[in-house]
Amino acid sequence: MLTAEDKKLVQQVWEKVSGHQDDVGAETLERMFAAYPSTKTYFPHFDLHHGSDQIRGHGKKVVAALGTAVKNLDNMSQALSELSNLHAYNLRVDPVNFKLLAQCLQVVLAVHLGKDYTPQIHSAVDKFMSAVASVLAEKYR
Amino acid sequence: MVHWSAEEKQLISSIWGKVNVEECGAEALARLLIVYPWTQRFFSNFGNLSSPTAIIGNPKVRAHGKKVLTSFGEAVKNLDNIKGTYSKLSELHCEKLHVDPENFRLLGDILVIVLASHFGRDFTPACQFAWQKLVGVVAHALARRYH
Repeated sequence: MLTAEDKKLVQQVWEKVSGHQDDVGAETLERMFAAYPSTKTYFPHFDLHHGSDQIRGHGKKVVAALGTAVKNLDNMSQALSELSNLHAYNLRVDPVNFKLLAQCLQVVLAVHLGKDYTPQIHSAVDKFMSAVASVLAEKYR
Repeated sequence: MVHWSAEEKQLISSIWGKVNVEECGAEALARLLIVYPWTQRFFSNFGNLSSPTAIIGNPKVRAHGKKVLTSFGEAVKNLDNIKGTYSKLSELHCEKLHVDPENFRLLGDILVIVLASHFGRDFTPACQFAWQKLVGVVAHALARRYH
């Protein structure tokens, strides 16, 4: 469960990357495809080369959705309801992949923030991504 | 036997060469205990683990973190026989320490994040791939002798 402190920290981190959200999105996806090749199976229709417009575009979407979650930490289920439907009935991404994306997002944040990616922030973001994953998988069965 | 390309070996050893084992080890273990507090179950004799500050400053955590990462270095030195390298340690973790192997995966992922925070852009996607592969192989080797 996200504590009040966790929520504050997540909002703080999001503030810190708000200038270059698009880069964060693209880099997260690139790292995910590089570190976990099985994730590419969900994107057979994409150009997955470094710098691809499709990766950039999709990264932007993902980060925007996470931004929505950050703005609605108290009612994520409601705020992400459409996305939850999409993942359950349409995309049907195996939930194990949410962890892989989360790991790569954390790596990107750590790369950008260095020492400022403190253990407390690390913990809050990990919990946050866990909560997002739960919401996305909510309607799977 | 796990296959390592020349590039993967190079990416692993070039990062490892710059790692301060004591610092990184302490940090990785501290983060494990902070981010996944249930892992504290294995360290009831470590004293004060009551807050992130306490954990980070705890000398037993630091010492143990150094021990763990030093051992990890054995894998880096023996990429072609990680299974053999950790055979005894695997038995120990099963028979004496009773550690759920899931914890090896958790620590591995945390180590990758710690490296990312230390190396920044130098921790490229290719680097991350090699290191995620390595921590996965280590976790697997440590779990191999469980019964």
